[in-house]
Amino acid sequence: MSECPVCAVQITFSDDTVVGELLECPDCGTELEVRALVPPALAEAPETEEDWGE
Amino acid sequence: MRIGFLHSLIRKEEKLLIDEFKSRGIDLVMIDDRKLAFDLFSGPDVDLVFERCINHSRAMHGLRLLESAGVRCINTSDVSRICGDKILTSLALKEANVPQPPVRIAFTEASALEAIEQLGYPVVLKPVVGSWGRLLSKINDRQAAEAILEHKAVLGSYHHSIFYIQQYVEKKGRDIRSFVIGEECVAAIYRTSPHWITNTARGAVASGCSVTDEISSISLAAARAVGGGVLAVDLFETDRGLLVNEVNYTMEFRNSIETTGVNIPARVVDYVLETA
Repeated sequence: MSECPVCAVQITFSDDTVVGELLECPDCGTELEVRALVPPALAEAPETEEDWGE
Repeated sequence: MRIGFLHSLIRKEEKLLIDEFKSRGIDLVMIDDRKLAFDLFSGPDVDLVFERCINHSRAMHGLRLLESAGVRCINTSDVSRICGDKILTSLALKEANVPQPPVRIAFTEASALEAIEQLGYPVVLKPVVGSWGRLLSKINDRQAAEAILEHKAVLGSYHHSIFYIQQYVEKKGRDIRSFVIGEECVAAIYRTSPHWITNTARGAVASGCSVTDEISSISLAAARAVGGGVLAVDLFETDRGLLVNEVNYTMEFRNSIETTGVNIPARVVDYVLETA
């Protein structure tokens, strides 16, 4: 379980969560990035950069 | 078999692809582009690297560095270089006789304005590098053209003064996104929006589109023109047939699996494993 860095709600990772994965905080809706699994750590996802895309 | 998975942020697409690789028992080596430091010679001990970066510049240079170190990559650095640059894409399509909307490229405000007037209003001004429908400008008249060109030249970084101008295509609220994997066009969707920009990233709705012979033919031709691999081709329907708008080399497909009934990540992984 980790804490949303914005609203502090506790967030549980699923078994297949991977580092770098984007999650949406179920409470405040902030887009978060999984920074580590052990111990679990979340950070706000980075802002969109100019060359992001597909 | 060891497959390198070049990535940064893990979006829905990357998650689906990772799950698919794992379901095949593949030894997936995760390579986060934010942690890499290249020495020009060495690469990871893998059979092939599959690229899924979110940054175009990192993908393009990372792939080139990996290839130079002897690592095979999907897609190739050449494909990323061409698809990530609208001018290079237009040139590749032109050289392969693949139809596209008329375009002009200009390097100054004055020459861009002249090119716009030659094409006739409306036109669409696009950044040479960019995605998700961001920073597109539909220019309806000379006053708007003068204002937007000046803003781009003054406020933008230098590459916003490389003006890529495309004749506006009236697409009646939708375009087509097709998915090419290797030598097959595996699926297609319509992207429909009341807005003139029909990227799903901008809210367009995906719906099923049959892969007709015409869609398959032009999609494969566009894919071959840019070097082939795993590609998404954006098409306009016009009175003179389909035209290729863009070719995307790190394609997104989250809205297209249920819509098309095609397991796109499974098809991509099939292709990667067959190629490795």
